[in-house]
Amino acid sequence: MIKFEGVHKWFKKLHVLNGIDLHVKQGEVVVVCGPSGSGKSTLIRTINQLEPIEEGSLIVDGMDLRSKKTDINKLRAEVGFVFQQFNLYPHLSVIDNITLAPTKIRRTPKKEAQEQAMELLERVGLAVKRDAYPTQLSGGQQQRVAIARALAMKPRIMLFDEPTSALDPEMIGEVLAVMQDLASTGMTMVCVTHEMGFAREVSDRVVFMDHGVILEEAQPEEFFRNPQHDRAKQFLKQLLSPMH
Amino acid sequence: MLKYTFDWSIVTSGKYFEWLVSGLKVTLELSAVGIVCAFLLGLLIAVLKMSHYRPVRWIATAYLEFFRNTPLLVQIFFWYFGSYKVLPTAVNEWLNSTNFEFAAAAIALTIYTSAFIAEDIRSGILSIPKEQMEAARSAGFSYLRSMQYIILPQAVRITIPPLVNQFLNLAKNSSLAMSIGVMELTYQARQVESYTFKGFEAFTAATVVYLGLSVVITALMDLYNKKVLNPHRA
Repeated sequence: MIKFEGVHKWFKKLHVLNGIDLHVKQGEVVVVCGPSGSGKSTLIRTINQLEPIEEGSLIVDGMDLRSKKTDINKLRAEVGFVFQQFNLYPHLSVIDNITLAPTKIRRTPKKEAQEQAMELLERVGLAVKRDAYPTQLSGGQQQRVAIARALAMKPRIMLFDEPTSALDPEMIGEVLAVMQDLASTGMTMVCVTHEMGFAREVSDRVVFMDHGVILEEAQPEEFFRNPQHDRAKQFLKQLLSPMH
Repeated sequence: MLKYTFDWSIVTSGKYFEWLVSGLKVTLELSAVGIVCAFLLGLLIAVLKMSHYRPVRWIATAYLEFFRNTPLLVQIFFWYFGSYKVLPTAVNEWLNSTNFEFAAAAIALTIYTSAFIAEDIRSGILSIPKEQMEAARSAGFSYLRSMQYIILPQAVRITIPPLVNQFLNLAKNSSLAMSIGVMELTYQARQVESYTFKGFEAFTAATVVYLGLSVVITALMDLYNKKVLNPHRA
């Protein structure tokens, strides 16, 4: 479904992705973790070409991201993206946030799009907020609407870029629950997150990155019980007991 | 001692009153056409100025600098006395069959004001967080569609206060159209003064009407902002 082969990317002189090889299969849930500045956000952003790559090959849902023939807007419509800062459209109500892309890009009739939006809002537990505006919602609620908005396009892949990092601790659970529910439907998911509970319980594979390189790739149980790389050991130790 | 005797009746009823009313109508038409066209053109120029393509940006920049930095009166004269000299005969015949004074004034006001509006809207666009564009592009919207549905609606809200200023300027600047014979409010006030020598009354009347027009524009924009753009904040 997603295949990185020898992918490189630079920000000016900074080598942010240094030879990435990664293959995500259909229906797989992959968690990407690593210290800040490791390139994990850049990695996930290359998948829908928010960040273009400079070397190597990247195939997403059968489309070659380096080919000039690939219609990038078409690819993005098939790939849902959830941001750390939610990025809802502040001038639109919750329901309009969700129906905008389906009605304008997919040409779904408005009524049908609204019915689908309501189903999605039920699923994320926010049907009562259909006419609210983003500023009237808590962070957790905004993120759940953002997930519903991405799902409204019926994507084949969902990408999550630190979806809970901007949330108060008591709101993290509600967002993770929605993501777990989504994973159980067989959605292909790539999540950059530090929520190790989610990684352990929901993901099929954990990818650990540092300095633009994938240092370790393992089943979650194995990764947490017996990390191979020193940098991964140190990272897990700090994550589990930050005071030491 | 004051020798002048006031006669307000000339501007509140009768023939001269009707002149002023017909002038107001033309002023309203000119302002309405100008505001709508200048806004749309300003939007377009603002988007072009932010284009990824350098030549497009250059054209937009040249447009902005040229029309912002030359006097409106010269631009009005250019369209009225200059432009038709280089147009084909057929076009000129058509222009003469229409109200060419009005058209020249409307074009000049539109283009002149659009340059200012474009800069206001551009600063509005720049104030929208770049993540909004990312969210729109991620959903599969093209750059222009992202502008249309996500960025511009937000930018225009922020731009309302400076836009009101530009609309007011346009309405007041429409008085310069008298210089090429457009029979708008100032032209008619001048006519009333010529016929009656009651300059104080005639121009007081014009002043009051312009003031009223400005108040109405401000109130309408305020209403639009509150009821249409920000209903949830009301």
